[in-house]
Amino acid sequence: MSANTLATMHPGDIATILHIHAEEALHKRLLALGFRSGKKIELIRKASFSGPIQVRVGTTDIMLRRSEAAKISVEKS
Amino acid sequence: MKRIALLGMPNTGKSTLFNRMTGGAARVGNWPGITVELLSGKILLGGDMVEIIDLPGIYDLHGFSDDEQVVRHFLHDNVPDLALVILNASQIERQMSLLLQLKQLNMNIVVLLNMADEAKKFGISIDAAKMSELLDMPIFLLSAKYGTGYPEALKAATKALSYPTPGMAEELRSQLEQDEHIETEMAKVLKDAVQIPARLSDNLTEKLDSVMLHPWFGLPIFFGVMYLLFQGIFLFGQPLQGGIAQGFTWLRETALVPLLSGLPQALQGLLLDGIYNGVGTVAAFVPIIVLFFLFMAIIEDSGYLSRAAFLMDALMAKLGLDGRGFVMLLMGFGCNVPALMGTRVMRSRAMRLLTMLVIPLSLCSARLQVFIFFTAALFSAKAAPIVLFSLYLFSFATAILTALIFKHQFKNTEPFVLELPPYRFPTARQMLLRGWLEVRHFLRRATKFIVAGVVLVWLLTNLPFSATPSSPDTFAGIIGSALHPVFQPVGINEQLTIALIFGFIAKEIVIGALAVIYGLSGDALSGAIGQQLDWVQAYSFMLFTLLYTPCLATIATLQSESKTLKFTLLSLGWSLSLAWLLSFAFYQSARALGY
Ligand SMILES: Nc1nc2c(ncn2[C@@H]2O[C@H](COP(=O)(O)OP(=O)(O)O)[C@@H](O)[C@H]2O)c(=O)[nH]1
Repeated sequence: MSANTLATMHPGDIATILHIHAEEALHKRLLALGFRSGKKIELIRKASFSGPIQVRVGTTDIMLRRSEAAKISVEKS
Repeated sequence: MKRIALLGMPNTGKSTLFNRMTGGAARVGNWPGITVELLSGKILLGGDMVEIIDLPGIYDLHGFSDDEQVVRHFLHDNVPDLALVILNASQIERQMSLLLQLKQLNMNIVVLLNMADEAKKFGISIDAAKMSELLDMPIFLLSAKYGTGYPEALKAATKALSYPTPGMAEELRSQLEQDEHIETEMAKVLKDAVQIPARLSDNLTEKLDSVMLHPWFGLPIFFGVMYLLFQGIFLFGQPLQGGIAQGFTWLRETALVPLLSGLPQALQGLLLDGIYNGVGTVAAFVPIIVLFFLFMAIIEDSGYLSRAAFLMDALMAKLGLDGRGFVMLLMGFGCNVPALMGTRVMRSRAMRLLTMLVIPLSLCSARLQVFIFFTAALFSAKAAPIVLFSLYLFSFATAILTALIFKHQFKNTEPFVLELPPYRFPTARQMLLRGWLEVRHFLRRATKFIVAGVVLVWLLTNLPFSATPSSPDTFAGIIGSALHPVFQPVGINEQLTIALIFGFIAKEIVIGALAVIYGLSGDALSGAIGQQLDWVQAYSFMLFTLLYTPCLATIATLQSESKTLKFTLLSLGWSLSLAWLLSFAFYQSARALGY
């Protein structure tokens, strides 16, 4: 299950962050918002019309675009 | 004077604390090393005046966003005597990284764990004393919104200020890139001093979100909320605006006219129709701005604005904008001025400018008055609504076109990753303070500019004094006929051109100007215009009015918010060109088709 990214998850899924393959600016922002490898992440919902997704990392709810979510590889648990 | 800087991640309550400390008595100012203005206020602390500066929220001291660069440059060039670091207590497990980065700078720091009320509600318990000991920094729990813990925090700040300011070593300032040990230190402090329940218990937010962000109901609810907001602002705002206008007229007729009657005619005109009317124009915006930001405070502080971004992003991303821009654009249909001011929530400057370029194309309520008058004069009762509707369509279409054309010039480089905070309800104090601060900002920034503009137009339409005011013999008339070759191809005659010059001030006065120009009013005026123009000319005039500069207040706001003359001129030039090109295309093709 190594090809999974945050973008392929479904609402309600919980996974562990494996790696963030983002450019530096996005990487830093994600780190500051609590995205770190090894952390649990839950996909709460996806917006309609291929809009952004809402995830929960730790105590923070965050929205990000699917293109950016595809840069975060996860392992489903 | 000693300086205290407020530092923290976005949305941690910095502004709330700042307002509590300064009581809203703040001013914007420039600082060495940075180009944006910062809010600061002076307060008496422990017998000395100190200056408090509200820095923009940052996620990462080494980040690349506009705000993060501003803060870095500020700290580099203006080392504060005390840094008050504000963290959201309920998100302490991720926000501590910023604190540890700041700690490396060797500043004098007092840490405030804000939103203690929320953390408690969520079942997070923090041992501030223990944490203080582990990190070797004074740390306090606080609720900036409700004031709990505030006196203690203030006392700690006063005490810390009495310590000598450690000079920040140059090598510390320049090399700030060792983050690895931050991770381990963070984990240790968290383990020892903080307890977070496995699952957060904010049921209310989850329940609300499952409705508000529902895949099917989310968007209809959003538009419903926007509709209510819009109606609310203008339902309350218009009578207030009318009342202010009446008050101004009353004061003029009962006091100023008799008082000034001894003065020469021309001076009377300049004072009353120039300066006094200018002040009246400014005052007319006050109720709308206050109401707008009262409601905006609810939408923003409640966390719904981020939800709007979530719902609308699929569409707005294609235009290079975000969902918050869409909210401002919609509000622009009431009045462009507060909508432009509201774009401040967007932290990426490029995206904010793009939104500000688009907003002036929204058909605001002042332009609607002109259109209602013209459609009534020239179209049948059956055609009139369709004509109005078509103008709204043009407004939307040109907004989308503008975004598409300029999205590459104003390219947003900041990652679009937003926090969705739990739902909160602002206190009445927060709402009123917001309305008041924004109005004060507008008055300070725009009054001079608007009054000068009104006086200038008065001079143009009254000089030389030998001419009948607003007639073809005045400067305005001369400009009108000089512009004739430009306006003839779009079907706009000289009288209407003079009215357009007036419309530069505000669209509300276009009809009044026409009354002066034609020497007629009410039904007689619409009769005369209906006689003189055919529908093609009238529609062309309306298209032009829709798209060219909305009003002086909008220009003043564009300038005061963007702080770049180039941008203001771009907006002006673009809307004028767009107005001319569209009216030209419409007028010429209608004529070519035989209408
Ligand atoms: N529950 C709670 N909410 C707070 C507190 N302080 C601020 N807020 C809310 O948090 C949100 C963000 O606050 P703001 O001052 O705008 O944050 P800034 O972005 O850091 O300036 C607003 O909705 C505030 O009303 C607090 O102590 N408790």
